Amino acid sequence: MSEIKLRVNNREITVKENTILAAALANAGIAVFRESVQGEPRTFLCGMGICYECRVTVNGAPNRLSCQVLCENGMEVTTSEAVLPTGEAGRE
Amino acid sequence: MKREFDVLVIGAGIVGTACTLELAKTGLTVAVLEGDTVGSGATAAGMGHIVVMDDSPAQLALTRYSQLLWDELVQSDPRPHEYHPCGTLWLAADAEEMAGVELKQELYLSHGIPCQPIGREELYRMEPNVRPGLEGGFLVPGDSVVYPPSSAAYLLSKAKNFDTTFIRGQVTELVPGGVRLADGATLKAENVVVAGGWNSKKLLPELPMRAKKGHLVITDRYPDFVKHQLVEMAYIKNAHASEGDSVAFNVQPRPTGQVLIGSSRQYDREDASIDFAILGVMLRQAFGYMPGLAELSTIRVWTGIRPATPDGLPLIGPYPAQAGVWLATGHEGLGITTALGTARLLAAQLTGQPAEIATEPYLPARFSEELAHV
Repeated sequence: MSEIKLRVNNREITVKENTILAAALANAGIAVFRESVQGEPRTFLCGMGICYECRVTVNGAPNRLSCQVLCENGMEVTTSEAVLPTGEAGRE
Repeated sequence: MKREFDVLVIGAGIVGTACTLELAKTGLTVAVLEGDTVGSGATAAGMGHIVVMDDSPAQLALTRYSQLLWDELVQSDPRPHEYHPCGTLWLAADAEEMAGVELKQELYLSHGIPCQPIGREELYRMEPNVRPGLEGGFLVPGDSVVYPPSSAAYLLSKAKNFDTTFIRGQVTELVPGGVRLADGATLKAENVVVAGGWNSKKLLPELPMRAKKGHLVITDRYPDFVKHQLVEMAYIKNAHASEGDSVAFNVQPRPTGQVLIGSSRQYDREDASIDFAILGVMLRQAFGYMPGLAELSTIRVWTGIRPATPDGLPLIGPYPAQAGVWLATGHEGLGITTALGTARLLAAQLTGQPAEIATEPYLPARFSEELAHV
C-alpha cells in the first residue's frame, strides 16, 4: 500500500493510502479537533458522520466531517490548536 | 394554586410574556398560561430580527416604537437576549430598486430613523460574499437581532418580580369570566388576553387571520461570512403577495458565526412538515444573492406559522364580540419586533391609560364586520 503525505496544522504527516482523516489526526496525536461555541474541546466520537464532533478545516473549507473524508496527497488540514485542559492526553 | 386573577394571558411566547410583564407592572394580578414551553411556537421559529418595516404608516409607527423599547430593554444587559446590533442592509439589485432606496431614505429620515444609502463599492467592502453586479444598498444601523426564546424567558423572569403566576396548561375554551383548561379546571379573571399567535385561532375561529407558513435553514459556524442582516429590496413585493407561495432573500449572521437563511411564505398551510419544493426555491433565491452559501453545510431546517391579518397589522385591543376578552395576536412576521410595543398598547388600553402611539390602526374592531358573523 502506498504512502501519502498531508499537512496538518503546518506539520507534515505520512499515512497509508485510504486512511480516514479522523484516524490520521488521532494517530498524529491530535486530541482536540475543534472547539464548541463556549470554547470547550471536542474530538471525534461516532466515527460515522452523525455526531458532527470531528469537524476540521480541509483545504480551506471549514466544518468538514473528518470521519467522512479520505486522506489525499497534499491535503491541507487545520484543527483547533487547543490542548485538553487536563494536559497529558492532548499533548503531541 | 390560585384560581382567580385580574388578567389571564394565554400564551407565553414573546407577545404573551411581554404583555404579562407590562400588565403586572401596573399592579394587576396576572397569570400566564402556556401549553408548551416558554417561547415556543412562532417565537422559537422566527429569525429574531428587530427591524423597522414600512409597508404602511401604522406598521412603521409600531415597528419603530417597539424597536426603541427593545433598545431600552437590552441596554442594561444585552446577554440574556443574545443581542447582536448588526443592522439591516437592504440589497438593491438594479436601478429601479436603487430608486426605491431614495424613497426609503426620505421616509426614514422624516421619522428620525438613522439610515444610509450604500454605493456599489462600499457594498462589496461591507459584504464581500454578495454576488457581483448589484446596484447598491440601504443600511439601517439601528436594526438588530435577538434570540427570541431567551428574550421571552427573560421577560417572564422579570414579571416574577410582580404579582404573576406561570401556569402550564392548555386552554381549550374561553368561558364567561375566564378560561377552561384541557384538564377540566376553570380559571377566573376579569380580563383574558389572547396572545397565542396562530393558535389563537383555535380559541376564536372567527379571527381574521390566515396561516402563513415559513421555512428557515441554519448553517454550521462560518464567522464573518455575512456581517449584517441582508434583505433584498424586493422583499416587500415578494413577501406580500396575497395568494400563492413566495420566497424572498433574507439572511442573518448569528453571534455564533452561524448563518440563518430565509424566507418562504405559504398561505393556509398549518402543518409543520418541511416542503422540499419551496425549500429548494428559497435556497436558490438565497444562492442567487450569495453564491457562497451553497458551499456551507446546514445543520437544521424548520418551519413556523405566521398569523397574518388581511391588512398586515396585528390585532391589539378589546375583542368586540366579547367583553373582557382582549387580543394581542396577528403579528404575522413581525411579532418579535412589535411584541414590546404591543404590550405597552394593550396595557394602556386595559388600564384606561393614554398610549404613547395611536392605538386605532391595530384595534380588532376594524374588522367588526368579519367579527359580527360570530
